Amino acid sequence: MTSSKTSPALSRRRFLGAATAAGAGLAAAGSARAEAPKPDPLITDVQDWNRYLGEGVDKRPYGTPSRFEKHVVRRDVSWLTASPESSVNFTPLHELDGIITPSGLCFERHHGGIADIDPASHRLMIHGLVDKPLVFTMEDIKRMPRENRVHFLECAANSGMEWRGAQLNGCQFTHGMVHNVMYTGVPLRVLLAEAGLKPNAKWLMLEGADASGMNRSLPVEKALDDVLIAFAMNGEALRPEQGYPLRAVIPGWEGNLWVKWLRRIEVGDMPWQAREETSKYTDLLADGRSRRFTFFMDAKSVVTNPSPQAPLKHKGSNVLSGLAWSGRGTIKRVDVTLDGGRNWQHARIDGPVLEKSLTRFYVDFDWNGQPLLIQSRAMDSTGYVQPTKEELRKIRGTNSIYHNNGIQTWHVKANGETENVEIG
Amino acid sequence: MSRSARPLLFAGLLATAMLAAGPLIAQGKPAPKPAAPAAGAAAAQPKKLGLGREALPEEIKAWDIDVRPDGHGLPPGKGTVKQGDEIFQTQCASCHGEFGQGNGRWPVLAGGQGSLTSDRPEKTIGSFWPDLSTVFDYVHRAMPYGNAQSLTPDETYALTAYLLYLNDIVKDEEFELSDKNFTSVKLPNAATFYDDDREKTEKGFWGKEPCMVNCRGEVKITGRAAVLDVTPDSKTAPKVD
Repeated sequence: MTSSKTSPALSRRRFLGAATAAGAGLAAAGSARAEAPKPDPLITDVQDWNRYLGEGVDKRPYGTPSRFEKHVVRRDVSWLTASPESSVNFTPLHELDGIITPSGLCFERHHGGIADIDPASHRLMIHGLVDKPLVFTMEDIKRMPRENRVHFLECAANSGMEWRGAQLNGCQFTHGMVHNVMYTGVPLRVLLAEAGLKPNAKWLMLEGADASGMNRSLPVEKALDDVLIAFAMNGEALRPEQGYPLRAVIPGWEGNLWVKWLRRIEVGDMPWQAREETSKYTDLLADGRSRRFTFFMDAKSVVTNPSPQAPLKHKGSNVLSGLAWSGRGTIKRVDVTLDGGRNWQHARIDGPVLEKSLTRFYVDFDWNGQPLLIQSRAMDSTGYVQPTKEELRKIRGTNSIYHNNGIQTWHVKANGETENVEIG
Repeated sequence: MSRSARPLLFAGLLATAMLAAGPLIAQGKPAPKPAAPAAGAAAAQPKKLGLGREALPEEIKAWDIDVRPDGHGLPPGKGTVKQGDEIFQTQCASCHGEFGQGNGRWPVLAGGQGSLTSDRPEKTIGSFWPDLSTVFDYVHRAMPYGNAQSLTPDETYALTAYLLYLNDIVKDEEFELSDKNFTSVKLPNAATFYDDDREKTEKGFWGKEPCMVNCRGEVKITGRAAVLDVTPDSKTAPKVD
């Protein structure tokens, strides 16, 4: 349980204001060998793939990743749930880069398994406090003006197993209930205009066609603001496990509201208090009272590399990589510490910075083999600064399950192994 | 991103005939809002496209099964605790236990009253749920697990009555729950829920200028995932259901 007394690493980017001596403790890259270097047979021998023909263009009508990427998969934690049909799996964040999650790796969360629906058999009904109740086919919906937007979907329970302390060893498991794709869909306000909202329309109920009959209440203000009714992700039809043929996209808000296999929207004047907004997705605080309708996902970040599933393997130059996101706007800044929060530096944000979307950050740093305590801290366009877990626990206790956006700590040991820890 | 007007290419139509442009949806990024979206979300009202068809009353009736706390949506029907017990033992007890105590990792439906401030709260219908309407709505739409929407309204009333009995909210086996007396039943924990107040109670997370240099003294590791003893079969391990 020791911690280094000095800043353990030096970034090529200067620590803000930290007067660390440049060049201290840089590890020699590779040890000098006494014997003469041997030529690499991978270069000097002709390889099979260089000699024999590979597969032709007719072999892979829908391509899949290389066989050398078989380990890059969604994974579950079987003991979390009583049944795999009402369960969750996790996006392998430590294997990904940029901001778009490949469709086949987007984490899944179902309550009654994956509904298997022929789009020709799918209907969307809008009724309740409307001028005219309507039924739409998928063909109707695809004739409406559409929009393309990139948004993160984060499960409200993401990091929920960490409320009482460091528990799961890997950012896939601590932070992997999130994905970020480009959706194509029709703004919900366009659909609602077809039916015509009555003046007393205050809440909508969204319902899925699956075996859980998922239903959630949505305030009409949000429905008219930026909600999409999406039929495509990453340029192609939604995956079945993501709601094919139709799902709700509720930017910045907890994933449970993003009803999949969407078949019905009822308009009313009060919330329904469905199971998923009373028994579940309410946040029990230490005083025994509970917050409800905690829709927003607050600013959050995690270092995906290094992390327990992606240890450091080399001294010298290394890339620290991570993700930041906020349900209230855009990511303005991410700070990273390598010494457990004593000194911080601004990470380099790279790629698109979009509203309510994952945002990629990097720190290019030299590692001299000293142990590190890595954290990242996100700030969003509303001025919100990602809190520590301790700050959250002070306000909420440890039994609220949902909305854990506390700062994550990874302990990189001298051998490069990395562990999920908490620090004090 | 309204569709640009394009000449129709049908033979016989004037080349100047134009497709009506779709509704002009404001594309400007909304300013980031720290609070909930502004009421009315001043998006221009889209023009009606005339797509979709009117939903028939039979179609609405088939799908509109939700029930609200004010009783809106309750179907006509009734059932007693005793009837509910019989249905529960054949349809529900294999997962939830004879008395709603929960088998294995399946959800616990009864008990836990007074546990919400304890270290390990037991959140059940009786100890936690605010509204009885949710019990009826959820059982009717999603249970039994794997055979959803197979229960009649009468069976659902009976099961709801039995769940009240298991949670000591009604004491009489002859108690009959119906659409007539439904809204008179109140659950014990109803008053403890309040709307998201993070912008007030967590105001301190906004507008800080965080420390960058020499921010703290010695750092100690206080918890390690590798040594935390998580027992997969433990009742106290985190659960998703």
